[in-house]
Amino acid sequence: MTSALQTAGLCRNFGALAVTQNVDFVLPVGARQALIGPNGAGKTTFINLLTGLLQPSAGRIRLGGEDITALAPEMRVRRGLVRTFQINTLFPALTPLEAVTLARLEQRGASRRWLGALSGQRAAIDEAYDLLERIGLGADALQETRSLPYGKQRLLEIALALACEPRVLLLDEPAAGVPARESAELFEVIARLPRDLSILFIEHDMELVFRFAERITVLVAGAVLTEGTPAEIASDPQVRQVYLGSAGHG
Amino acid sequence: MLLSLANILFNGVAYGMLLFLIAVGLSVTMGLMGFANLAHGAFAMLGGYVTATLMAKAGWPFFATLPAAFVLVALASLVLERALYRRLYRAGELDQVLLTIGVVFMAVAGATFVWGPSQAPIRVPAYLTGTVAIGPFDWGVYRLFLIAMGALVTLALIVGLERTRFGAMIRAAVDNPRMATGLGINVDRVFSITFMLGSGLAGLGGALGVNLIGLDPSFPIKYLVYFLIVVAVGGLGSIKGSLIAAIVLGVCDVAGKYYLPDTGAFIIYVIMVSLLLWRPLGLFGRR
Amino acid sequence: MTMTATTDRTLPDPADRRAAAHAFIAGQARWRWPEAVFWLVAAASLVIFPHSLVLAAQVLIAGLFALSLDLILGLGGIVSLGHAAFFGLGAYTAGLLAAHGWNEPLTGLVAAGLVAGLVGFATSFIVVRLKGIALLMVTMGVALLLHEVAQKAHAITGGDDGLQGISMAPILGLFSFDLYGRTAFIYTLAVVFACFLVARRLYNSPFGLALKGMRENGRRVPAIGGSIRRHSALIYTIAAVMAGIAGGLLAQTTEFVSVEVLGFQRSAEVLIMLVLGGAGLLYGGFVGAAVFLVARQILSGIDQTYWFFWLGLMLVLVVLFARNGLLGGAKALLARWRRA
Ligand SMILES: Nc1ncnc2c1ncn2[C@@H]1O[C@H](COP(=O)(O)OP(=O)(O)O)[C@@H](O)[C@H]1O
Ligand SMILES: [Mg+2]
Repeated sequence: MTSALQTAGLCRNFGALAVTQNVDFVLPVGARQALIGPNGAGKTTFINLLTGLLQPSAGRIRLGGEDITALAPEMRVRRGLVRTFQINTLFPALTPLEAVTLARLEQRGASRRWLGALSGQRAAIDEAYDLLERIGLGADALQETRSLPYGKQRLLEIALALACEPRVLLLDEPAAGVPARESAELFEVIARLPRDLSILFIEHDMELVFRFAERITVLVAGAVLTEGTPAEIASDPQVRQVYLGSAGHG
Repeated sequence: MLLSLANILFNGVAYGMLLFLIAVGLSVTMGLMGFANLAHGAFAMLGGYVTATLMAKAGWPFFATLPAAFVLVALASLVLERALYRRLYRAGELDQVLLTIGVVFMAVAGATFVWGPSQAPIRVPAYLTGTVAIGPFDWGVYRLFLIAMGALVTLALIVGLERTRFGAMIRAAVDNPRMATGLGINVDRVFSITFMLGSGLAGLGGALGVNLIGLDPSFPIKYLVYFLIVVAVGGLGSIKGSLIAAIVLGVCDVAGKYYLPDTGAFIIYVIMVSLLLWRPLGLFGRR
Repeated sequence: MTMTATTDRTLPDPADRRAAAHAFIAGQARWRWPEAVFWLVAAASLVIFPHSLVLAAQVLIAGLFALSLDLILGLGGIVSLGHAAFFGLGAYTAGLLAAHGWNEPLTGLVAAGLVAGLVGFATSFIVVRLKGIALLMVTMGVALLLHEVAQKAHAITGGDDGLQGISMAPILGLFSFDLYGRTAFIYTLAVVFACFLVARRLYNSPFGLALKGMRENGRRVPAIGGSIRRHSALIYTIAAVMAGIAGGLLAQTTEFVSVEVLGFQRSAEVLIMLVLGGAGLLYGGFVGAAVFLVARQILSGIDQTYWFFWLGLMLVLVVLFARNGLLGGAKALLARWRRA
């Protein structure tokens, strides 16, 4: 099994607090893998490290065959490592059409053309529009992002990531804050994505996790507690104790 | 040669101490709230005018005016903080810069209106003027006095910050405001008091500075860049950094004007720009 | 952004929606009538204010300078306290060329833009690495540095006395500068309008969209593959060229350059004009420059001190109550009136 994304001995501290502890992690090509763990376990931090928003204190990150540990965030995106954010990180005054067109322009290397009209970028606009249509935002493409209902903004998070032609997609709680019925719909969208795309998603709703994940990694206090198929994780007494048994997740 | 070198060092340190006195409050408050207060020099100017006015109009002795400068400026700063600054703590840098530039302009106009556009005269007591001979050199008494005042304030600040409960609260708040709030520290309150103390110190510095660098309504603009250099180069919120930056700046400025009078402040700016390129957070800045 | 109101969003057919999407993007770049009014009024100054053409030219030049700041601040989100560096470089370049015999205006302007642009390009790599107070200090420091150089290099620049002995050749060899400032005004208007067209094109270009993205959410830009540093460096350089042209225009039309073209006050003033008019709206700089310069003409006629006071008060009020400036406020009023 070849790995799409891999870390070796990844560590990160905030002051004295070790938020990522010696994580060895493999995401196989075509994975549908979940990353779970109690609040504050360091899941978001792990994604920040993978995408270069944070620098690790130690350890390496490989994307495909390439060591990307020192690469700038945008260079990782260009190589196909793309993420969404737990907390909406959108462009409030832009329309979804503009936002996704911008992502397409960045991919096409056309984002620094300053003497040509934007309307001349017909191919990029078409691609952006098609993507929005496909993901169910076609009718909302021309609304200001900030005026969209929250659930649609979560969809736009994913659309923006997809516009970057990901090979590896990291979804940080894609359904965070979305009502249960809508979050299932959101995951149906994710489940329909092409099989050659490798996906790691963070999710707290165990029902969704067991429905959509083929493998599950459990992170506790910054370290990998265990990893396995949903059946293995469900029956793991350690996991039951630290995670499933704990009262709150959110 | 040797003589001039010692002289330059001495004058530079004295000047640096003055800059430190005025700027240290700015550094601590900027470190605390991240508020870019370009109007800090106006507090120093006000302190200078308080001293000059009390001496000329009310016949107060020089030393009696110093605490008055401190207190009045501290109170004035509290009013300003409550009325204007408070609204912009969470706003962007640009808003803070614009608002405080506006305050500077109004302060300059106000000072011109009240005290006139020319240099404010001040006569310090006779025993603070002239020079004394110690060893092979003559030392300016007023500069010795400034250095002593600077050393005293530094000591007071260090003891105050390291040894008192309030000092510990300030340090905690500068280090990590979120965590300090979590620990039950009222960061807003800490900031208000720190802001007053820092502005008061600027007022004191301004009062002490009249005799050395003069005082006219353009003071807050003329020295703005110097105060900002002390803060930026020293690193936000660092007393040690501010002191070192201020003294280095003072010495460089005096030396530059002596050895390379043709280049003026050029060297200072070059040093500042290259230093900030090397360490964007300043010498001792952590955030 | 006002366009969303006019586009039908409920089209059921995806093919129609796709066409609407293209129309939406194209529509944002369309000229609107207030723009035409603005430029017609500017041109009509020639007959409306024949005795204030010098002031009118000053407004246009200051407006162009503010527009160049709008590119980096309103669009790029970079706060600069030293934008006068590029204005001054342009002014000295054009001025020195003319004083030494190269007095053809248009090539002089090109040179002004080039020199400012080169320095802008060189310093852009510094600027994009910094933020917060370090950014403020370095932008300010670069301008102060140039100011010191200009002041001390008395032999070349005339120092505090200013650069004299500039005399311009007729424009295109045809139109000489006249005493009433008619030629100067027309020349200024033409150059400023040309620069504005470039800025407007940029505003509605792919790069303009990238800059709006940066302004809206700098955190997301790298996450969709954009490089904040490279975007910032490019816009900083373009803005420097435009500021240089504005400075060059000032030198050529007034036939004089004083060191204050590089001063902190000029950097602060251009910031004030832009914010007063409204940043990020293309026209804010011009509106701000007009209000600022006319107000100064009137108020400092009374007393310089008062002018400073009103200026400070204006700033405080704008920051507290009119964050989007006069133009932003007018737009909001208009929108409310339309809805009512
Ligand atoms: N910038 C930061 N500075 C200090 N501590 C942080 C920072 N970011 C996250 N943390 C801490 O790291 C831990 C892990 O956070 P996070 O990765 O967001 O957890 P999760 O996504 O699993 O809920 C938390 O205890 C959080 O408080
Ligand atoms: Mg998280």
